[in-house]
Amino acid sequence: MNVSESNQTVEKAIIVSDGCCVRLGDSSVLDDVTFSIEKGKKVAVVGPNGGGKSTLFNAITGLLPIDNGSLTIYGKKPEEVRGSISYVPQKDLLNKNFELTVKQVVEMGLIGKKTLSIFSQRKTNLKIQKSLESVGLLEKIDENINNLSGGQFQRVLIARGLAQNADILILDEAFSAVDVGAQEDIMKLLNDINLEGKTVLIATHDINNLENKFDEVLCLNRHCCAYGDPKEVLTQEVINEMYGSHNEMFRNHNIEKHTNNND
Amino acid sequence: MIEILTEPFSYNFMVRSLIAAVTSGITLSLLGPFTINRNMGFMADAIAHATLPIIAVGVFLGFSISELGVPASILIAIFLGYIIKNSNIGEDTAIGIIFSSFFALGFVLISVLEVTVNLEDLLFGQILAVSRFDVFIILGMCISVVSLITIFFKQLVFYSFDPVGAEVKGLNTNFLNYLFLVLLSVSIVASLQSVGIILVLSLLLIPAASAKLVTNTFHSSIFVSILFGLISSVSGLYCSYFLNLPSGPSMSLMASLIFIICFFINKIKKNVAFFNN
Repeated sequence: MNVSESNQTVEKAIIVSDGCCVRLGDSSVLDDVTFSIEKGKKVAVVGPNGGGKSTLFNAITGLLPIDNGSLTIYGKKPEEVRGSISYVPQKDLLNKNFELTVKQVVEMGLIGKKTLSIFSQRKTNLKIQKSLESVGLLEKIDENINNLSGGQFQRVLIARGLAQNADILILDEAFSAVDVGAQEDIMKLLNDINLEGKTVLIATHDINNLENKFDEVLCLNRHCCAYGDPKEVLTQEVINEMYGSHNEMFRNHNIEKHTNNND
Repeated sequence: MIEILTEPFSYNFMVRSLIAAVTSGITLSLLGPFTINRNMGFMADAIAHATLPIIAVGVFLGFSISELGVPASILIAIFLGYIIKNSNIGEDTAIGIIFSSFFALGFVLISVLEVTVNLEDLLFGQILAVSRFDVFIILGMCISVVSLITIFFKQLVFYSFDPVGAEVKGLNTNFLNYLFLVLLSVSIVASLQSVGIILVLSLLLIPAASAKLVTNTFHSSIFVSILFGLISSVSGLYCSYFLNLPSGPSMSLMASLIFIICFFINKIKKNVAFFNN
């Protein structure tokens, strides 16, 4: 890559991490993480538990401060661009002692700092309906969220992100606690969202067939083990670096294909 | 029948008591669903107990509980919020330490300063002793709480269900957190004379918990919680008058009775749904 190509890449990049370090208490959770994600990419963030996936998302969304290095979204600090990212948290982070309807959850995507909405209730309802239509759950608009399956609830949270109309969608463990069919539905939905030009980042434990599902993969184990096209970067060495002695479970993963591609 | 219901209110002190009971019933049961949803019942108990040393010093300096109400509640909310956020010992532990320390400090101050307060009234409430001035203060506090909850309702619901999502969305979650703590403190302090430090939790949590059992969504539970809070406080006041019972415990017991009824309604509903399926 020559200098002008490199400059163009940096210009197109909307999330740029340059030697980013994040500490929690006395321990370093992310150390010297460098990558840049271009607009419209669909990126998988993989790594072991405790590898820093959620910490990276918390740093991107401005929930955790950067200890060293830099992390910018559209060239600005994460806390300066809040609202331009929609975040689908892990399911168990939500307080659900009381129940809400699907409509009330999606409406949260339209709630801003101002107490009086600039939208009329009619416009708000139209946006909610449009978002739910996109995720195929319009008929569930008045359903209690506790009556939904895990996959349907994930889609409701994605609809909330769509209602927010943010350019970047981040999903933390979107495929946990959902069956294979629901995973496929969510993936298809994310593909459609991605085709509309939105940048999508997903933390996942499933590293099989990443090359068929994602444009890029970010491999984390407290540091950036690799970043790039899954066909090229998911080598046996990178998997060893991420999962250490537990890499046996990824035997069926098509490493050879990647190695051949690299050759 | 109507004469029996209106008879207590031929006395001025009973009219004042009714206003205090209604305002306590509304404000506490309005905040109850938010408190339960955020698992803040223990926090609310700590706020109630932390008022004791402030009341002791205030009464020693010549102020009434009503006059101390607003500054005391804001002070407690900010102090508790700060300590809990910045301590590394876990939220429950921090609340437990503050709770017991403040309560102990309150008793010591009452003894050392030789403050002339009726401890039983402070702990369990004495609504019949509410003065005209108290009524105005309590009404003002109630109107402020209801107005602010109405203005920030959507933001508070978002923060209550998904604090992380609300922060990422760009809401000022620090402000919302302290706002809720202040509103909770104000409601608790405003209700101290009605139900007392120990029983204030019953009007905060029991109507909301009862509403949760018989409603389907958060929004509907708020209205039902307020209804149950009103029924508990007013019927408790009647029981107190006609049966010559202490007012605070009467209100608490009425709230508990409603909870038991809702509990069985919920069980019956579940069983009916099970057999229908």
